[in-house]
Amino acid sequence: MLDNLASANTKAKMSARDVRVFYGPKEAIKGVSIDIDMDNVVAFIGPSGCGKSTFLRTLNRMNDTIPIARVEGDITLDGENIYSSSMDVVQLRARVGMVFQKPNPFPKSIYDNVAYGPRIHGLAPNKAELDQIVENSLVRAGLWNEVKDRLQDSGTALSGGQQQRLCIARAIAVDPEVILMDEPCSALDPIATAKIEELIHELRGRYAIVIVTHNMQQAARVSQKTAFFHLGTMVEYGDTSDIFTNPREERTRDYITGRYG
Amino acid sequence: MNHSLNEHTLKAFDGDLITLRGLIAEIGGRAEKAVEGAMAALANNDHDLARQVVEGDKRIDALEEQIDRMVIQTIALRAPMADDLRELVAALKISGVVERIGDYAKNIAKRVLLIDADQQIDAARLLPAMADATRQLVDDAFTAFAKRDADLAVAVCAQDKTVDDFYNSIFRALIAHMIEYPEHVGAGTHLLFIAKNLERIGDHATNVAEMVYFAVMGQSMNERERGDDALAPGSD
Ligand SMILES: Nc1ncnc2c1ncn2[C@@H]1O[C@H](COP(=O)(O)OP(=O)(O)OP(=O)(O)O)[C@@H](O)[C@H]1O
Ligand SMILES: [Mg+2]
Repeated sequence: MLDNLASANTKAKMSARDVRVFYGPKEAIKGVSIDIDMDNVVAFIGPSGCGKSTFLRTLNRMNDTIPIARVEGDITLDGENIYSSSMDVVQLRARVGMVFQKPNPFPKSIYDNVAYGPRIHGLAPNKAELDQIVENSLVRAGLWNEVKDRLQDSGTALSGGQQQRLCIARAIAVDPEVILMDEPCSALDPIATAKIEELIHELRGRYAIVIVTHNMQQAARVSQKTAFFHLGTMVEYGDTSDIFTNPREERTRDYITGRYG
Repeated sequence: MNHSLNEHTLKAFDGDLITLRGLIAEIGGRAEKAVEGAMAALANNDHDLARQVVEGDKRIDALEEQIDRMVIQTIALRAPMADDLRELVAALKISGVVERIGDYAKNIAKRVLLIDADQQIDAARLLPAMADATRQLVDDAFTAFAKRDADLAVAVCAQDKTVDDFYNSIFRALIAHMIEYPEHVGAGTHLLFIAKNLERIGDHATNVAEMVYFAVMGQSMNERERGDDALAPGSD
């Protein structure tokens, strides 16, 4: 595993070192180390239950919300340990935003969904600036043209694909540095999926992006780096083009060629 | 990494690959037979056999088309990755190469029909040995494909030098002979082109071997030593 880190990256936005996650006595993540930088979208792939979501959640301390979960190891954001006692978790989750599998807009207006984060983080001193943040976020999420005339409609009244882009706009609105997405397209049709994938391309470089996906073609389409997880370990991490044409590890090959289990 | 592969969870995909490997084995076997037949026709001045080889090339062309269709269909329907993807790309390229081998064999057979059998040219006495070496190369290349045997693929590429050496020496002998006996220029030229065809078949066998190596290992074979071919004018 060490060779994955050989070029110990000074560019790394986030670094994980020997991360272990326990649910009670059960070790769900067994010593994972990875660097995530701004230039490359990272895809996490692997069979169901291998720990992709668990590991993803360690990156913004979402596991804190699970009472029996315990995290060991080091995770840094710009070199700062996110599990240190001086880290403000609310602030951390604004810097490391998350988009979930099922679109989960608040039962509020489209406008309020996006404005919520900036309001609680005090990012907009007045209404005009808030309006601007909402518009910019919706534009960047590729949703503005579809909703600009109905900002006061309920977010839950949008289609699934629009709701997911609304959730991305909501994550973007607090000006995060990292965006984590856990199967963001699994509830969407191919067109809505293509829009999210296109969006990921556009967001690349501005944010560090990690996406969990079960769809190998999607990982191949949107990511530049791919990490393959299996039974709580990260088996292989490399350039997406290498992983999908010539993986180094037999377990990776068996999984991506459909020979798993 | 282990080169033997388990079954796919989706059994129909294995079915596709098995069918495809069968087609590659068939087209390879037919190409090898065509080379053998063309050279036997030459040795025995057997015009019936030569015509059979010419006719049999149609089946090789049809197989190539069938393989290409199947590869494209499989890529579209199964979205293959890694070893599977490389094997399919290799199959596509190999079918094109084998079709060329068939064409060269057909070209040899056509020349058999044109050569004046009365002209015995001693300078060409190495041709049957060259043909044997070439046919063996083709055989090994397809065995390497069937067995996913990267070592054998490397051996094929190394052996190609033998065929090139045969060609260079036959080339020189035939040129010298034709200078000495201008009345043999007609038959001599046909034999020269036949030698050139065999040399090209050898090159294509190494192309097949290189694709096998790529499919199995995931990287291209290192640049290998080549006999100095292309000294003599080509027939294509
Ligand atoms: N809240 C929890 N409490 C106890 N165990 C959990 C909890 N969440 C996950 N696990 C266990 O941890 C392991 C990893 O689960 P995780 O959800 O991270 O897998 P995953 O790779 O995201 O799977 P999927 O692809 O199905 O989403 C599994 O064995 C799972 O049962
Ligand atoms: Mg999950």
